[in-house]
Amino acid sequence: MRVALFLTCVNDTLYPDTGRAVVKLLTRLGVDVDFPLGQTCCGQAHYNTGYRHETEPLARHFSDVFGEYEAVVTPSGSCAAMVRELYPRLGERARAEGRGQTLARTLAPVVPKTYELTEFLVDVLGVTDVGAHYPRKVTYHPTCHGLRALRLGDRPRRLLEAVKGLELVELPGAEECCGFGGTFALKNADVSAAMGADKVRAAESTGAQVLCAADNSCLMHIGGTTSRLRSGLRPVHIAEILASTEEEPAL
Amino acid sequence: MSGTFVGMPAFAAFPEAAREAVGNRTLRGNLRHATHTIRAKRARAVAEVSDWAELREAGRRIKDHTLHHLDRYLEQLEESVTRAGGTVHWAADAAEANRIVADLVTATGESEVVKVKSMATQEIGLNEALEAAGIRAYETDLAELIVQLGKDRPSHILVPAIHRNRGEIRDIFAKEMGEWGRPAPDGLTDTPAELAEAARLHLREKFLRAKVGISGANFMVAETGTLVVVESEGNGRMCLTLPETLISVVGLEKVVPTWRDLEVFLQTLPRSATAERMNPYTSMWTGTTGEDGPRTFHLVLLDNGRTDTLADQVGRQALRCIRCSACLNVCPVYERAGGHAYGSVYPGPIGAILSPQLRGTASEIDASLPYASSLCGACYDVCPVAIDIPEVLVHLRERVVEGGPAVRAGNRVLLKPAKGHAAERAAMRAARWALAHPGALRTGQRLASRTRRLHPRTLPGPGRAWSGTRDLPPVPAEPFRDWWQRTHGTDNGEGAAK
Repeated sequence: MRVALFLTCVNDTLYPDTGRAVVKLLTRLGVDVDFPLGQTCCGQAHYNTGYRHETEPLARHFSDVFGEYEAVVTPSGSCAAMVRELYPRLGERARAEGRGQTLARTLAPVVPKTYELTEFLVDVLGVTDVGAHYPRKVTYHPTCHGLRALRLGDRPRRLLEAVKGLELVELPGAEECCGFGGTFALKNADVSAAMGADKVRAAESTGAQVLCAADNSCLMHIGGTTSRLRSGLRPVHIAEILASTEEEPAL
Repeated sequence: MSGTFVGMPAFAAFPEAAREAVGNRTLRGNLRHATHTIRAKRARAVAEVSDWAELREAGRRIKDHTLHHLDRYLEQLEESVTRAGGTVHWAADAAEANRIVADLVTATGESEVVKVKSMATQEIGLNEALEAAGIRAYETDLAELIVQLGKDRPSHILVPAIHRNRGEIRDIFAKEMGEWGRPAPDGLTDTPAELAEAARLHLREKFLRAKVGISGANFMVAETGTLVVVESEGNGRMCLTLPETLISVVGLEKVVPTWRDLEVFLQTLPRSATAERMNPYTSMWTGTTGEDGPRTFHLVLLDNGRTDTLADQVGRQALRCIRCSACLNVCPVYERAGGHAYGSVYPGPIGAILSPQLRGTASEIDASLPYASSLCGACYDVCPVAIDIPEVLVHLRERVVEGGPAVRAGNRVLLKPAKGHAAERAAMRAARWALAHPGALRTGQRLASRTRRLHPRTLPGPGRAWSGTRDLPPVPAEPFRDWWQRTHGTDNGEGAAK
């Protein structure tokens, strides 16, 4: 199976380790991974801040780059939700504004075949044990878009539970937002920071060494908070845990 | 009390108002305790119902159908109310509604009224308008009483005094009750039973004396002209039955076609609101009856921005709201910012979409409300009429930053973008350009990587909001796409960029 990796602009620029982990993991599972260099950004930050018309060229660009692939895999719940949930809405709004079906038709091909990583592993590849080894105490934060937009449910948890050596501990208030919310973190910095601090305290109370999530944007906010609060907790993307093996352990 | 929120320029934008609340430990403690308690109880009460999803869908459909044919159902309602002996008044805005009510009270010769909790009258600032006309209005809902005596503002739809704890309430009663009527008993403690008894004695005098009652309504049934109030104390029932004249001020979106439709909402509202299987006091009245209850009944149908909201294809779903406040109780932003930060009688997620539609986005507070959310989606999940609050928030953000067509006071207008977004808009356009050109993105990434040792730990400009409380991740030595090209070589797909 040949899939395109949509890494997302944030991961490409700031978290290349996550990208390398996804490539390593999928290759190990027998998937032929391609990284189309034309890719940039799904447009989520633009859309969520109110710049719908600025989002449209980015969505069209995404469709141009990924339209030909069998499947598109991304290690970001919120970017996957952008494509799956909001691209159809972009098309619908354009139609309502009297601009016809062109945008909807352009975007339609990528919508059903774009998958968040854990969803791709469980639903498409049909695996929960990916042969990983990660001997640490881990707590899992289900990010909002993974939880409520994509309905990932217990897929990430099932993947983590199958990792050898990993002790999974329940995060109190797991389903509460960490406070990132894209530009919300800047526009309402005080509330955002208070939410982040509460999330970090909840994670610390579990005694976990690692806080794991399937979205680096949330981890950037949580990690920035743990760093400032001098917490020993390490934010780690789930791809890096799943890619880790006894022979080639994650750092 | 300063109950009115409408048109008051004094309200700071949400981020500033929220900052104060975030720094107030007592307030945050009160809110956290209360919202988490109600949230857990509601989840249990909803889980008991096997057909909750169907009920939610039925509620959504009934409301959408009614809103779609609102003109028809409102005319039917007017006919039914008139036939039952009531009088219907139409109020286009707050000023008109206040004038109608003040004139009606003045005509009775009374200078005091009792009120059952009504958000519509809070919305229009009725108490202040009555005061200006020489009429004193007494709130009789326990929480509203606390808010009124405390010269405070409500901070929650259902629990207006949620931001107060028992000790604070005791102090307010002891200090203020005497100013308004029967004083609190000496040596009042903060036990709930004693506080409730003090309120009961204080309020009973008002109920027995008042000749005019003012109410809101949760629902209005078009086929019979029946109004419905759902409350949990019984104080509302006293206001509805004891006075000689009853004036109900109700938002026109509260109409439902038939009694059958109530069946759905009388299941979803109490469970969503207070986690009760059945509402304790559901009062219904239809016009007047000769022997019992008020002898005169007036219904003031309030528009005040509602038909403008109805004209908006995305935003109109906010009018489905049945004021259960479940969205407030699950909202992580409300939990930390408190109700006052929203500058409206409608706080929390629903307030963040309702107020900028009813009032427009011209003021600083209204332009800031669509951003008072991290778009986590918890509000949509709990909403018993399935209002997609995140969708409307993003839609209103678009109105703030890009402007666009809207309806104000019945006229089609083209709104200009709100002030203060020019720099952001320029940045978004520049980012969009760079992101539509992979080469530009790559140049930026490489520049960031090469200068990584020079990056400051704290950011200038708007970025300061981030680096004030959080550290930035270090920029890696090599962006992923450079690693990929170095290790995989081929330029596969860059050419696809247009």
